[in-house]
Amino acid sequence: MNKVSKVLAFSLAALMSLSTLAACSSAPAAPASSAAASSEAASAEVSSQAASAEGAKEIYYLNFKPEIASVYDEIAKDYEAETGVKLNVVTAASGTYEQTLTSEIAKDEAPTIFQINGPVGYQNWKDYCLDLKDTELYKHLTDKSLAVTSGDGVYGIPYAIEGYGIIYNNAIMSKYFALPNKKAKVSSAAEINNFATLKEVVEDMTANAKALGIKGVFASTSLTTGEDWRWQTHLANIPFFYEFKENTAFPSTVLAGLDAKEIAFKYSDNYKNIFDLYTNNSCTKKGLLGSKSVDDSMAEFALGNVAMVQNGNWAWGQISKVDGNTVKEADVKFMPIYTGVSGEEKQGLCVGTENFFAINSKVSADKQKASIDFINWLFTSDKGKSYVSTKLGFIAPFDTFTDAEKPSDPLAKEVLAWSSKKDINNVAWTFAAFPSQKFKDDFGAALLEYVQGGKTWDDVKKVVIDGWKTERAAAAK
Amino acid sequence: MQKALKKYFAFFALPTLLAFLISFVIPFLMGIYLSFTKFKTVTDAKWIGFDNYIQAFTANKEFINSLWFTFRFTVVSVIFINLFAFLLALLLTKSLRGTNVFRTIFFIPNLIGGIVLGYIWQLIINGVLYFFDVTITTDPNYGFWGLVVLMNWQLIGYMMVIYIAGIQNISGDLMDAAAVDGASKGQILRHITIPLVMPSVTICTFLTLTNSFKLFDQNLALTAGAPSRQTEMLALNIYNTFYGRVGYEGVGQAKAVVFFIMVAAIAFIQLYLTRKREVEN
Amino acid sequence: MQAKSKIRNTFLIALLVLLSVLFLAPAFIVLMNSFKNRFSIADEPFVFPTTDTFAGINNYINGITKTGFLSAAGYSVFITITSVAVIVLFTAMTAWYITRVKSKFTSGLYYAFVFSMIVPFQMVMFTMSKMANLLGLDNIFGLIFIYLGFGAGLSVFMFAGFVKSIPLEIEEASMIDSCNPIQTFFLVVFPMLKPIAITVAILNTMWIWNDYLLPYLVIGTKYRTIPIAVQYLRGGYGSKDMGAMMAVLVLAMIPVIIFYLSCQKHIIKGVTAGAVKG
Repeated sequence: MNKVSKVLAFSLAALMSLSTLAACSSAPAAPASSAAASSEAASAEVSSQAASAEGAKEIYYLNFKPEIASVYDEIAKDYEAETGVKLNVVTAASGTYEQTLTSEIAKDEAPTIFQINGPVGYQNWKDYCLDLKDTELYKHLTDKSLAVTSGDGVYGIPYAIEGYGIIYNNAIMSKYFALPNKKAKVSSAAEINNFATLKEVVEDMTANAKALGIKGVFASTSLTTGEDWRWQTHLANIPFFYEFKENTAFPSTVLAGLDAKEIAFKYSDNYKNIFDLYTNNSCTKKGLLGSKSVDDSMAEFALGNVAMVQNGNWAWGQISKVDGNTVKEADVKFMPIYTGVSGEEKQGLCVGTENFFAINSKVSADKQKASIDFINWLFTSDKGKSYVSTKLGFIAPFDTFTDAEKPSDPLAKEVLAWSSKKDINNVAWTFAAFPSQKFKDDFGAALLEYVQGGKTWDDVKKVVIDGWKTERAAAAK
Repeated sequence: MQKALKKYFAFFALPTLLAFLISFVIPFLMGIYLSFTKFKTVTDAKWIGFDNYIQAFTANKEFINSLWFTFRFTVVSVIFINLFAFLLALLLTKSLRGTNVFRTIFFIPNLIGGIVLGYIWQLIINGVLYFFDVTITTDPNYGFWGLVVLMNWQLIGYMMVIYIAGIQNISGDLMDAAAVDGASKGQILRHITIPLVMPSVTICTFLTLTNSFKLFDQNLALTAGAPSRQTEMLALNIYNTFYGRVGYEGVGQAKAVVFFIMVAAIAFIQLYLTRKREVEN
Repeated sequence: MQAKSKIRNTFLIALLVLLSVLFLAPAFIVLMNSFKNRFSIADEPFVFPTTDTFAGINNYINGITKTGFLSAAGYSVFITITSVAVIVLFTAMTAWYITRVKSKFTSGLYYAFVFSMIVPFQMVMFTMSKMANLLGLDNIFGLIFIYLGFGAGLSVFMFAGFVKSIPLEIEEASMIDSCNPIQTFFLVVFPMLKPIAITVAILNTMWIWNDYLLPYLVIGTKYRTIPIAVQYLRGGYGSKDMGAMMAVLVLAMIPVIIFYLSCQKHIIKGVTAGAVKG
C-alpha cells in the first residue's frame, strides 16, 4: 500500500514538474514544494506503519573503513545470534564514502547508522543526524569535548581515537646506527626529535641503502587518486595545525580552522621539507608514484624493503597480514612527523578522530532505537568490547574499557605511550576543519603533478590557498 | 484485424510501456525539471532558474576542459579508427588465405567490457612508461593517447566488419568491367570502391563519433581523470559532479542536459545526412 | 606475374599475422601477469613469471574471494539471460502491436522509443536510480524490469522495421482461421521474427553483460555484477591488489570469448545489422 502511495507521490511530482515547465517560471516554487509535501506525507505514513510493528529487526550500518569490513561481518553474525536483530554492513570503497552515503541515504532502506567525519561532515548531513545526548554511549564518553555538537544536541559520538606519525622499523634503524661509517650524530632512532636530525639520518641511510639491504628509506608516497589521503589530509594537518594555533581567539585549532575563510598556508615550506624528504629518499622513483597505493607502501614496509612509512595505528593489520612480513612486533615504532617548525622537539603524534557515529533521524523510531542499542552493545558488552580491542583495534574513548581491554597491537600501544609522555604535546586533528573533500582531492592531485614535475611548489601553494577560499565560500552558500 | 488487435493493448504493449515510462520517460522529464532546481533527494527541489547552467560553465573550468578534451579525443579517434578499419577491410577482402581467422581475431576486443578494457590498458601503458620512470598520470597527453589507443583496439574490428560488408556489396562485375577498361588499381579504389562504400563510412563515422563522445567506463578505469581532472571526459565529469560533491546535484543535472543536447545534435545531423543520401539515390 | 602476386600475398599475410599478434597481446599479457605475485606486476608487466615471481593460482583465489567473483558471475549470467529474454519477448510484442495498430498514439509511441535511443545515460541516471529505489526496484528483478525499459528503444525500433516487411496476408489468414491475436502472434508472427530476434538478443547481451554504471547505481551496493566486481577491486578494501586484479580481468574475459567463439556468425551479423539500422 505505501509503495503505491509513493508511486503516486512521485508521479505527481513528475506531473507537477511538467506543468511547471509548461508554465515557464511564472509561479515556480509552489508546485514543487507541494509535490515534496505530498511525498513527505507518504514517507511519514511509512514510518508510522513501521512503528506499529514490534521493534526493528534489521539495521543498516554504512561502514567507512574497508580494511576492517570483514570484522564487521563477524560482528553482524554474532549480534544477530545474540539479539535477533540483523545488522547489514555495507562498506563504501575507499575514497567514496560521501558519494555512497549520498546515494544510499535517499533510498527506501537508508543506512540507520552512518559516519560523519566531524563538524564539516555534520554540516552536510545535519538533516539526518539524530540527537544522541541521552544515549548510554554518550554518557560513557570520557572526553565529552570530542563529540560533534551543535547547540544543546550531540550529533556524532567518536568511537575510535587514532594516532599517526612516521612508523619505523627499529631493526633497520639499529642496523644503521651500528654502521661504522654512519655520519649522523645521534645514535638511536628514539633520539631523533627534529627535522634537521631526521633529514641527516635519512639522507645518510639513503647513501648506505645497499649496506642496510633496503630499496629506500621511505615507502612509496602513494599518489593514485583515492590513495593520496596520507598527504592531502594527514600530512597537511601539520602546517594547518601550526597556522591555526596562532589564532588565539579560538580554544581549538579545528574551530579556528572552521572559521577561516582564507588561509595563508604559512607553514607550506615545512610541508615541502618533509614531503621532499619522503619522495627524494623513497624506494620508488618520483615519476612512478602516481600508480602506487597505500597498500603498496605498507607491503614495502612489511617486507623490509624500506625503513619508514607515514601512517597511523590502524595500519598494523595491513602490515602484519602481508605474506612474507619480516617486521617483528617489537620493532615497530612511531616517531612524530617533524617538519622543521621551531619548538617541534616537544611535538608528539597526531592524535584525534574522524570517526563519529551518527544515527539516521529519518528512519523509524524503532530502527533508531535498534541502531543505538547496537552501538551501545559494541562498546559496553564484553563480547562487543573484545571485538573492539582485539579485532577492530580501536582505541575506544569510553570509560567502559579497562586498561586491560586497551588494544594490544604495537602501534596502538605506541600511540598510548606517546600520549602519556611528559612535556610532549599531541598534534590535534585539524584536518576536520578542511573545507571539503574536493579541497583535499585537488590538493592531492597538485602534489602528484608536483612530484612528476608538472607543477612547481608555488603552483601547489596556489591550489591550496585558492581551493580553501572557493570551497569554504561554496560550503557557506 | 486492427480492430481485433487493438483490444489487446494491455497484453502486447503495456509491460514494455510501463517499463519504458518508469525507467526512461519519467526520469527524463524529471531530469529536465531538476536541472532548474537545487535538490539533494529529488523531493526537496527548489526552483532556481538557470543558476545551475551558469554554474556548470562558470564555477570552474572543469566542465569546459572536459568538453574540450572530449572534443579533441572524439576527432582523433574517429579519424584513426576509421582509417585503420578501412585499410584492414581492404586487406581482408583481397581473398587471401585465413581471412576469416583474422576477422575473428580483430573483432574480439569489441566484446570486452569498458571497465575490463581500461584496466588491461592501464597495465600495458604503465608498463611501457615504466621504462621512462613515469606513469600515465604524469601528463594528460599520456592519458589522451592511452584512451585513443584503447578505443582503436576496441572499435577497429567492429568498424572493419561494417566496411567489409560494404565492400562486398559492390558487385564484382563492376570491378571486372573497370579492370577490362584498363582502370588501374588506384583508380578503381578512388572511383569505384570509395564512393560505393560511402554509406558504410557514414555509419562508421557516427558510430565511432557517438561512442567516443559518450565514453565513460574506459575513462573511469584507465585514468579516472588524473592528473588533476585533466583527462576527465564529459560523461565522467557529469558523474563526478552528481556523486562526488554534496550540493551539486542540480549542476550535475544541468550538465547532463547540455550533454544530451549535444548528443542529440550529432544524432540529428546523422539523420539528416542519411535522409539526404537516400533521396539522392 | 604469378610469382609477384604470390610474394605480395605472403607479405600481406605476414602483416596480418603481425597485426593479429598485436591485437591479442594485451589479453595475453594480462593472462601472463595473473600468475605473477602482486609486487612483480606493475613494474615489469612484459616479463614472464620466474620461479621467484610465480604465484600459482594465489591471485585467482585472492581475486575471487575479495570481489565475491563467483556470485558476481552468477548475477551477471542471470541478469543478462533473463533481461535479454524479457526484452526480446516483450519488445517483439510491442513492436508488432504498434506497427499493426495504426493510430496517433502508436506512432507517437514509436517516435518516443526512437528518441530514447539518442538520450545519453547520464541524462537520466540520477532520477532513474532514485525512481528505481522509490519503487523498490533496486534488486535483481527490478533491474531486469529497468533493462526492459532502457532496451525498449533499440529493440522496438529493430523489430518494427522487420515487422513492416512481413506481408499482412499471412497474419490475416491466421486471424480468419479463428485464432485470436495472442495465438496469431505466438504461432505465426513470432517464428517469422526469428532472424531479427537473434540480432536483438545479441546486441542486448553485449550491452547488458558489459554494463557498469546502470547496475552499479541501481543494485551496486548490494549485488555486484562482473564489471562492478572489477571496479570494486580498485578502491575497495583500501588497496589495489594488482595480482587479484589480473586474475579477475582474465576471469571476466573468459565467458566473453567462449560466447564469441560459439556464436561468432550471429554476433558479427547482429552487430552489422544493428549498426546499419541504428
